[in-house]
Formats: sequence, structure tokens, C-alpha cells
Amino acid sequence: MPRTLFDKIWESHLVGRRADGRDLLYIDRHVLHELHAHHGFAQLEKQGRPIRRADLTFAVQDHTVATKAGRDDNTNPSGAAFLKAMRDGTRKAGIKLFDIDDPDQGISHVVAPELGIVLPGATHAVPDSHASTVGGVGALAFGVGTSEMTHILATQVMAMKRPKSMRARLEGKLGAHVSAKDVALRLIAELGVAGGRGYVVEYAGAAVRAMPIEQRMTLCNLNIEMGGRSGFVAPDDTTFAWLAGRPYLPQGELWDRALAHWRTLKSDDDATFDRDVALDCGTLEPQITWGTDPSQVVGISGRVPEPAALDASRRPAAEGAFAYMDLKPGTPLAGLPVNRVFIGSCTNSRLPDLEVAAAVVRGRKVADGVVAMVVPGSSTVKREAEAAGLDRVFRAAGFFWGESGCSMCAGGNGDRGLPGERCVSTTNRNFENRQGPKVRTHLASPATAAATAIAGRIADVRQLLAGAA
Amino acid sequence: MQPFSTHTAVAAPLLKDDVNTDQIAPVLPSRGLKDDHKAMLFYRARRRDDGSENPDFVLNKPQFRNAGILVTGNNFGAGSSRETAVWSMTANNIRVIVAKSFADIYRENCLQNGVLPIVLASDDADAFIARVVQVNGAGPFTVDLVAQRISGPGGPDVAFAIPAADRTRLLEGLDDIGLTLKHMAEIKQWEQRAAAAQPWLQAAKDSR
Ligand code: SF4
Repeated sequence: MPRTLFDKIWESHLVGRRADGRDLLYIDRHVLHELHAHHGFAQLEKQGRPIRRADLTFAVQDHTVATKAGRDDNTNPSGAAFLKAMRDGTRKAGIKLFDIDDPDQGISHVVAPELGIVLPGATHAVPDSHASTVGGVGALAFGVGTSEMTHILATQVMAMKRPKSMRARLEGKLGAHVSAKDVALRLIAELGVAGGRGYVVEYAGAAVRAMPIEQRMTLCNLNIEMGGRSGFVAPDDTTFAWLAGRPYLPQGELWDRALAHWRTLKSDDDATFDRDVALDCGTLEPQITWGTDPSQVVGISGRVPEPAALDASRRPAAEGAFAYMDLKPGTPLAGLPVNRVFIGSCTNSRLPDLEVAAAVVRGRKVADGVVAMVVPGSSTVKREAEAAGLDRVFRAAGFFWGESGCSMCAGGNGDRGLPGERCVSTTNRNFENRQGPKVRTHLASPATAAATAIAGRIADVRQLLAGAA
Repeated sequence: MQPFSTHTAVAAPLLKDDVNTDQIAPVLPSRGLKDDHKAMLFYRARRRDDGSENPDFVLNKPQFRNAGILVTGNNFGAGSSRETAVWSMTANNIRVIVAKSFADIYRENCLQNGVLPIVLASDDADAFIARVVQVNGAGPFTVDLVAQRISGPGGPDVAFAIPAADRTRLLEGLDDIGLTLKHMAEIKQWEQRAAAAQPWLQAAKDSR
């Protein structure tokens, strides 16, 4: 029987079946963050249960850390208790922690692949819905709740029903200044916020093959925004070249053995998926959200839709979004004045994201009255960006250049917009109040965000750059 | 986990699709390790801009203040995996959510906490929502997981389906970790096999 890559990874990690019919899936790597880990530590202590594989478990401080230079636990006062509880809990358990001042600190989904903690064909869990970001290197990753996190800490397996499989074939060659973010937003717009529910999605096709690993991670990161259970890209030479030499990977002879195995990781040619979808990306322009869920998307030259043009099931949500976003149907997105621009988050905070944004910003100034921030996804990204002089480009243009963390993605560290502000953000959720009470978020790519910061209005990066040429 | 067999309470209609966990249990600037989950439930929807209570929000209406059953649309619990979005339900004694569909992680989190997620087919759901709106909190509904029925004012009993395994787990209030620990021999065997076949999976060391 031909099998999909998902079948192969699932079956090779199957430990057994529980009396209640759930499969037990071995979790090769478990990564914790400070918002939820303390619940798990406290629960297990109360139950007198040890942590089973501290050596396969890692922890980061990312959600609540401040981004100001010289930060410490108390820079964001509401984070201090979480940071300390994480430190105490991991020390007791013998879990490696990337603490606030660690040179490897950063957002879990950025740090784990960057250090080679996740591997192609490995299973991975994080108590965070964007776990599948690491699908970009070919890992099968699941976002879990706090109870499941605690269960994995105690057992190193996850108990779940086998999801269905979907293939998303993304074909065509992306145009200039169009990136994985635009592709993902368009796919979510097409399938809807529940289009991936119950599925593990394999992203395939020429557009995906041509993407560097960082863009594949952006694509897989946004999988949860269409409700997908997990999402990944089968590893290939681009993956192996990207991974080579990362510190937590097997080294020497073991690397060669691993590599030989990883080369076999693909879906069989005639494997069938429970669902197959396709998107031609060749004609795609930069995309941006206009509403309050990530499926409310238009091309940058588009307008806020007329309710009559929407599927009936999407109209009530659209009506709510018009009000919250203070937008009328028919309004063009390009040209809307903005107050704030945020470049960062596990979606778009890796070095190439910052390079793209810096290339737009170089030699230009952030428009008057716009607050613009860049927050690298990890301390490593920050160092590399600084070595390349990107921090100077951003600062010279008037951007805030931060220490790494989740920052304004969900505002868990106090970085938030002000009520009523319109914000273009490279993050993943434009939900009401996500980036601060009453903040109006438009999701877009780093290139679009950078162009918008310069223009002071939602901007088509292609026009901004053409105008300068 | 608290077992679930029957639950009798007023049912409140939340007439929306895609209600996300940022809405159910928002992250507040003043949070701490021990959040007040009771107060967290629909924190923003419950309030007006000036901080006063929003009388239009369903759970603020007098007849729904003590609602223990929530009836809603498609894809309930989308977004963040935060389990506070279920704990804020249990803290308010909401132990049944009837929806057209649930987001995957949210449904799992319900099962972990003794909250019964009932999915009704779209037509049945529409009919039940209409009934709940009509009843308007005038009397309680009883959800019986043993019989897999909802009974209450305004109409005949409504049957619902739930996977047998999930039903057993809720009925018995099974300790999820305990269930898995019974498989420890298999887990260890898997680890031994993996260590031989793909040793890189069983070790994660910093080579620097
Ligand atoms: S950057 Fe945003 S989405 Fe990503 S882990 Fe942090 S808070 Fe979650």
C-alpha cells in the first residue's frame, strides 16, 4: 500500500493503543514555554509523578520577556512570576532552559529548528498552537493544551486519534516581493479558518520546493490558522543543507546515517490523501487581512469586500469585522493610514524576514507618527542581524530594535498597541484585542509591513520600490 | 478528573461561528500564575468600553447568569491552545458545550477537563439553537451522557453521538496519565528499538 509521509512518521512513532481507543504516539522532542509549563510541574509534583525524559525536553522563556535593551525579569512586571517559576521548575527537573539571558534564547518555534533540536521525520510537541512551524524542516509537530503537555512530561507519548491527511499543492513561481506569508494567507482565505480541521497537511508543489526553509516555516506556522492539526513540508536537499552543522543535531558518522534515513522521507508517488487541494501561486500579489480572522484576506490592490460578494456563512463575521476594524465595504486597503507596524513573531522573525524588511527600509524613514518595531525571533537571529548591520538600517529609519521574544504578537510582555490604533503586523492572528484592547490588526508579510511603515499607509511594496527606482 | 454523567442547567445561546480562545479567555495585562478563571470567561465581551457590564452579552442577561450549558455554532474554540479557555468554563460550572463543530485542540482540552463537547449535525443544531433561544432560560436542560440525550423544555429529547472512547473517559473521569502509564513496557520497548534504529531520535545533546 502506498503511504503518505504522514502515514510513515505516524506509524513509525506508534507505541500502542490505549484501552480508550487512542493511539499513543512517541514524542521525540518536547519544548515548553513559561506561560504553561508551571502548571505541568505543579500537577506532577502533586501527583508524585516524575518527568520521564527530561533529556528530550527543552524550555524557553518567550511569551512574557520584555524587549527593551538591558531587560531582566522585572522589566515586564507581569512576566516575573512566570520566568521564575520556569527557572525553578526546569532546574528541579533537570530540563535544559534557554533563559532570558541565554545566547540561544528566543521564541520556541524559532529556537528549536535553529539549534537543530527538531529533526526531519521526528515528532515534536509544544503547549502552543503554532507548534507546526517546525514542519518547515520536515518534523511532525503538534500544539497541545496544558493537560496534554503534562501527560507528555509524565510519559513522553501523546494520546490522540489519528488525524486525516491533506495535501496542499502550491504551484507556480512566486512573483517579486511575494512570499510564503502571502501564499499562506491566500490559502487560508480559500479554505477558511476551519478548512484544515482534523487534518495533517503536507505542503507540496513547485512553489514550496522553491521556498527556503525559513519561508517553509512561515507556511507551516500558519497551518493552525486554517484549523490544521499539523502541517509540514517533506525534507529535501534544501532542508539538509540548512540543518547541517546545527549544534543539537547528530554529528559525524551519526549525521551520515541520519541523512541517509531522512532522504527516504517522502510520500509515495501514488499515495492518496483524504483531501487534496491546489493553489496556483504564480499570479499572486502581496496579501493582507482586512478583518478579524486570518481568512478575511484580499490582495494588496483589493478592497474590503461587499457583503453580497461573500459566502452567506461568512457574512455575519464580516459584519462584525467591518465595525471592529472601522472599515466600510469597498474601501481600498492600500492607502489606509496606520499608527503602528510590528515585524516579528514565530511567523516572520527569522533572519531572511528581517533582511527583506531591511532592504525596503534602507535609506528611508518611518513616516511621521508611526510607531514601528522589529523584534527578532531569537537572540541568535538578533546577533546575526546585527553582524549584517540590519539593526543600524532599522534604527536609522526610526524603528525600535528589540531583544528577542513574542512581544507584540499577543502582547504577553506588555508590548501592545493603543485602543483604536491600526497596525500592520507580520504575526499570525488579527483577532479582536489580540495586540491590545481595540487594536485593529492587519496581517501581512515583512515586505508589506516595512513598506507600510515608510509610507505611513498600507502600501504595496512593489510600488514603493518602483517609485524609488 | 471529575467524572461526567449528567448535567442539569440553563442553556445559553451564543450565536456565533469561529469563537476563538482569545475571546473565551483573553490574556489580561494583570495576569499571574494563579489566574481567576471564573472572571476570565468572555472577559471582554462581558464589559463595555468604560468597564461597566455589557447588558447585551448573553451571559450577563439575568436568565443566563447561571447558565451551565453553552450552545453555539461552528468551529468553537479556534486559535490559541490555551487551556484556560476550558478552565474558565468549568470555573463557571459550564460543563456542556453544544456546537456544530469544535476546533481540534479545544475539543481535546474539553475532554481533559470533564467538559462534554457535543456536536450536533447542522440541521439538528439549528433546530436546537432555535429551541434554546425560544426557551430563553425559562427552565433547565438535562444532558445525560449515559443515555446520550438532551432533554428539557420546548421539545422532545435530542439524541447525540459521541465516540465511545471519549464517552467512557468522561463517564469514568479516567486519569489520562494513569491510562497511558499502563503502557510503560511498550513505551520502553519503542525507545529501545528507536535507540538502535535511529539513535539520533533518542539523544538531544549540544555538540558545542
Ligand atoms: S510569537 Fe505569537 S504566536 Fe508565536 S509563540 Fe509567541 S505569542 Fe504565540
